Amino acid sequence: MTAPLDVSGAAEPARPDKGASPGGATDRGRSLGQIAWTRLRQDKVAMIGFGFVVFMALVAVCAPLIVRLLGHPPNEWHQEMIDPVLSTANAPWGGMSGEFLLGVEPVTGRDIFSRIVYGARISMLIGFLATMVSVVIGTVMGVIAGYFGGWVDAFISRLMDIFLAFPLLLFAMALVGVIPDAAFGLQGNGLRIAILVFIIGFFNWPYIGRIIRGQTLSLREREFVEAARSLGASNFYILRKELLPNLVAPILVYSTLLIPTNILFEAALSFLGVGVEAPTATWGGMLSEAVDYYNAAPNFMLAPGLAIFLTVLAFNLFGDGLRDALDPRTQS
Amino acid sequence: MITYIIRRLFAGVGLLLIVSMVVFAIFFLIPRLAGTDADGLAARYIGKSPTPEAIAAVKERLNLDEPITVQYGEFVKGLVVGTEYDSGTDVIECSAPCFGYSFKTGTEVWPQLIDRLPVTASLAVGAAVIWLVAGVSIGVLSALRRGTALDRAAMMVALAGVSLPIFFTGLVSLAVFSYYWGIFPPGGSFTPFTENPIAWAHGLVLPWVTLAFLYAAMYARLTRAGMLDTMGEDFIRTARAKGLPERTVIGKHALRSALTPIITIFGLDFGLMLGGAVLTESTFSLPGLGKYAVDAIRGNDLPVVLGVTMFTAVFVVIANLIVDLLYAWVDPRVRVGA
Repeated sequence: MTAPLDVSGAAEPARPDKGASPGGATDRGRSLGQIAWTRLRQDKVAMIGFGFVVFMALVAVCAPLIVRLLGHPPNEWHQEMIDPVLSTANAPWGGMSGEFLLGVEPVTGRDIFSRIVYGARISMLIGFLATMVSVVIGTVMGVIAGYFGGWVDAFISRLMDIFLAFPLLLFAMALVGVIPDAAFGLQGNGLRIAILVFIIGFFNWPYIGRIIRGQTLSLREREFVEAARSLGASNFYILRKELLPNLVAPILVYSTLLIPTNILFEAALSFLGVGVEAPTATWGGMLSEAVDYYNAAPNFMLAPGLAIFLTVLAFNLFGDGLRDALDPRTQS
Repeated sequence: MITYIIRRLFAGVGLLLIVSMVVFAIFFLIPRLAGTDADGLAARYIGKSPTPEAIAAVKERLNLDEPITVQYGEFVKGLVVGTEYDSGTDVIECSAPCFGYSFKTGTEVWPQLIDRLPVTASLAVGAAVIWLVAGVSIGVLSALRRGTALDRAAMMVALAGVSLPIFFTGLVSLAVFSYYWGIFPPGGSFTPFTENPIAWAHGLVLPWVTLAFLYAAMYARLTRAGMLDTMGEDFIRTARAKGLPERTVIGKHALRSALTPIITIFGLDFGLMLGGAVLTESTFSLPGLGKYAVDAIRGNDLPVVLGVTMFTAVFVVIANLIVDLLYAWVDPRVRVGA
């Protein structure tokens, strides 16, 4: 198998681009990262995905500011917007107006736009942190399995198989159910978020682990590793200085592709009522409340659904593009 | 072949043992590590607002004061030969296989599991047929017509499919096909196949398609990638060089090799699904295993969640075993190598 950043392969499809090398100069002297970046920039779909991901991250970070400018506090009730008989919005289009950009929730009259903006925080936070947990465990285990081989490899590989065979969602539900309300020095939503990050991250590590193991297996046999070993380098040195830098590309790609999976997972748990507790706004939680109003207030269902869809799609588009850009075997 | 089967069977039993340990640890060990005492844990097994007497009784019944190994022993014993929950004053019988006892509703979990299995099985089998046929054929077509408009359109739809949460597509399909157009019944209804096959299928079309859409998208992407890899292999060139018609090259040579990893993933997915398509059942209010577990979690009825989790794990292990045996049958190299 070819290593992810094979020099001879990667240099070939990268055509000299006009901005960086004027006058048709060769693209000699560009680093592999620059080559990948050039390829990525030419991939319009991936760049749109990247743009949306950055946008969503900014929305999450600046949520209080955005809501102050364009909406109402996410947990503020606006019953004056609600029809007392139907308990849905008393204005057309689910209450959508300049004041309530995406309308109001049935019954409570909370501002859907503000809740979507605040929901982005939970989704992005848990998506990122859980992915980091998976990446750290997966990389360590994958590198150890691939590098040392033998019974260590057999044990870790079997462990990964077992993990992949578990009914994840049920396990996660069970764990959230049995953990007490205060534990590990945390309580309330802080504890919930910590548990969710841990559960989602911990059960997804084998996806990364398998890939890293495969890459390590092929890297281990390469000349530069042999050279380091013959110079007397220790295993730890080889792992850290020779192997890890070569694994950055696959780690980057598969983390980007794991984030959307984890965002979906978090949304699913919130939908099932075992995520972050109400009244904190989450996209999954909003959808589960929308179940009873899918016919009366379609905007209540569509807003969080589309938020999840677009965010996950953007991450997937960007991740696919990143993989193609870093993989020397794909020809653009 | 016989030795291979026996070895796989032993491996399956071993896996089951490990899985039962993990499930047990989640329900009884982790809460203790997180700082819950025996009383607190007992309270969680009763449900909302337990009395001190009820807590003491459940603690006694589940042996929560005994060492964790004794508790695990009782748990496994219950699964294999059945057990008795003795509170000191009265005894609750739980016959084998004992998947737990809901103190909240006063019922054994096993009969309930069996009761709900047909719903989940109907959902899983129907969806699996749709997603396998659709996913694999779209994947193969896309790979053969690589780069064409068809390929790009199919892969765009597939990417959208894996990015859409089931509970959202489910709700949208309910709104459109059930509420606005009235073609299909709203969620919450299930007619057993034996009662009325047509009503059975009619009521399940929306859940089937919703569930199958996600998996078909995943399988189309996987099949396409697998086919593209296979089509570049030497044996395909050899087959073509022999002058075989393109249909034989693709049908007999390429497809067979590209589909082997799909079998593995399908076995796992299907096993998991039999244990409860949690999200689909919740969205469409189908009274299956997944809905059972979700309702139990919401009502703080932990023994039920434990039962469903363990039940699912059993299915996954069995599915794994069947996949292994299928492999050995399809591919002789596995028998010799393993």
